[in-house]
Amino acid sequence: MKINHLNGGQQLAVHYYTVAITLFVAQIIFGLLSGMQYLVPDLLLGILDFNVTRTVHINAMIVWLLYGFIGAVYWLLEEESETDIVGLMLGKIAFWVLTVAIVIVVVVFLVVQSGPGDDFTRWFVNEGREYIEAPRWADIGIVICLLVFFYNVAATFSKGKWSGISGVLTLDLVALAGLYLAGMFYTPNISVDQYWWWWVIHLWVEATWEVLVGCLMAWGLMKVLKVDRKIVTTWLYIEVALMFGSGILGLGHHYFWIGTPEYWLTIGGFFSALEPIPLVAMVVHAVYDAGARHMKGNNNPALAWLIAHAFGNFFGAGVWGFMHTLPQINLYTHGTQWSASHGHLAFFGAYATIIIAMIYIAIPYIRGQEGIGSNLPDGGWKWKWSLALLNLGVVGMTMALLISGYEQSFIERAVGGSTWFGYFAAQIHPWFVQGMEWRMVFGVVTAAGIVLLVWDLLTIGQRQSNNTKTQSESQPQAQSQSTS
Amino acid sequence: MNNEIPWWASETFWKKTAIWVTGFMFVVLVILTLDTIPQITAGSERVPAYSVINKHIGYEFNDERNMQVPVIGDEALLFGKKFNEEEAEALVSHGKKITQGRNCMGCHTLLGNGSYFAPDLTKAWLDPGWSSEPEREALMIAFLMDPIENARLFGSGRVMPNLHISEEEAKAVIAFLKWMSSIDTNGFPYNFTVIDKES
Repeated sequence: MKINHLNGGQQLAVHYYTVAITLFVAQIIFGLLSGMQYLVPDLLLGILDFNVTRTVHINAMIVWLLYGFIGAVYWLLEEESETDIVGLMLGKIAFWVLTVAIVIVVVVFLVVQSGPGDDFTRWFVNEGREYIEAPRWADIGIVICLLVFFYNVAATFSKGKWSGISGVLTLDLVALAGLYLAGMFYTPNISVDQYWWWWVIHLWVEATWEVLVGCLMAWGLMKVLKVDRKIVTTWLYIEVALMFGSGILGLGHHYFWIGTPEYWLTIGGFFSALEPIPLVAMVVHAVYDAGARHMKGNNNPALAWLIAHAFGNFFGAGVWGFMHTLPQINLYTHGTQWSASHGHLAFFGAYATIIIAMIYIAIPYIRGQEGIGSNLPDGGWKWKWSLALLNLGVVGMTMALLISGYEQSFIERAVGGSTWFGYFAAQIHPWFVQGMEWRMVFGVVTAAGIVLLVWDLLTIGQRQSNNTKTQSESQPQAQSQSTS
Repeated sequence: MNNEIPWWASETFWKKTAIWVTGFMFVVLVILTLDTIPQITAGSERVPAYSVINKHIGYEFNDERNMQVPVIGDEALLFGKKFNEEEAEALVSHGKKITQGRNCMGCHTLLGNGSYFAPDLTKAWLDPGWSSEPEREALMIAFLMDPIENARLFGSGRVMPNLHISEEEAKAVIAFLKWMSSIDTNGFPYNFTVIDKES
């Protein structure tokens, strides 16, 4: 793929997007394996046990979303700051260092898998804490690469021009990087461990990541629908106020059962119940803007994925989160397939969707096209079908897991008294097993969607023959677009 | 143009609101954290000292709080040995490092957090699946050291893989589990049946 015609930030973005999509594929492959292990428990037993496949499944997700975010920010950086990126070479070095580090981490997860209970294991093999299993050396590497990214963002905006979006974005990145440090220490005390662990997990995915995608959404709506900057900026501030206003203390909904005082039941329940409000605001904002412009944008797949993001974020993070956030219900649902159901719809709806939208925004520039309208030679069936299959697949998995979760919270928790016997009584119940089977079916639907998505991203807007010539011919056009 | 926009819809109003709300909420979180951390430090009422592994631990319904709470009883030594505070912390810490190094959270939940492929370990020490208190330690050691030979499937076919845990490591993990079962988790898990005291 020739990308010399793109600006510096955009070139970096293409690098990050490429790895992001690769890891997205890995996430789905290992997700399929994990799902199969529920149905065929001795599948790969002793070779790739569930804890390995599941760890790779969720870590590939976290990392590809991070790569997607970094890519998206680099993509908009020069255009938004109206100047050249300050540290292009530094950014490229950081990209390769980070990518090599991640490859090593994944290989160690797959090959070494575990180690003795000593500090060497935590530093070089596996930290064994969900979502942040990456060993400590990699944590430090990640922080350094994120600092390089942050420097590039902050310094480029400082050199060029600040805006509402870039201001929120930059401050949010400070918080995002700082919070990661809360997960980088050892304590024998599991309550204290989980207290700070949630600072990383919750304050990432339910606060700083949400604000980050708010920035991307604001920029994306301006880009795709030509929405007025003043309007998206005002909305962004409203969303930040509502998001941090509810989400920071909403952290309390993870402090119900880990040893923390009882007052967290009230605080966590109340503020986390407010967390859907900013997500409603985002839906209103996106749908209103799209409607006001009669759904006419310059990039149909990107617009479709932005709308998918607005609804996916609201339902996945908002509704599915709210359903089990109150302590009176969470007592029975905490640590059951409810969490898996919520996790699937929320991570996809809130984050995967907008990154896919941002990649589609980039595609016409990469391929030297005006945009992606309805005049595609093949009618755009690939992007439409991948959109449909991915959304159907994830919604189907979410519903299937929810049914298993309901069954589990009744049979294991309420009736079975949460003992191991109660746990397995729920796991072998036909309702649970059926849920797992349907999850697998929809997992395959999701996988079909990703195959089409990758195919589409590689080919959309590309002339069938003599590809090199087309790209070089369209070079001046692309440049004029990127600076407009 | 600015005159046409009411104050409540203006960019600057919401910018200031966003900053103040974020700052305020963060300060409240910091204050609550300063209050919470001492309450969950080992040796506090809610999170007992590591030497609690020398004691009997129960999980009984408390009428006043209307939930099950851990009850620390008389001396009930683990592996017939009395640990002083320092030794107990070292053992529990070793146990926790093993659970991290073997990625137990990749299948199990601890305090309800982790994965959902295997049972929650919050009150694993008190689980009636270990037959009875006199038989518990031996059964736990045997299971951890060879979970395939001593499989506990409950009709599920879901075997725990052999993680090559030595006897010494198994004991450390059990100490960690015993200590964890003494944490006051506000009644989680609910309606839990505790292991029989006698065989």
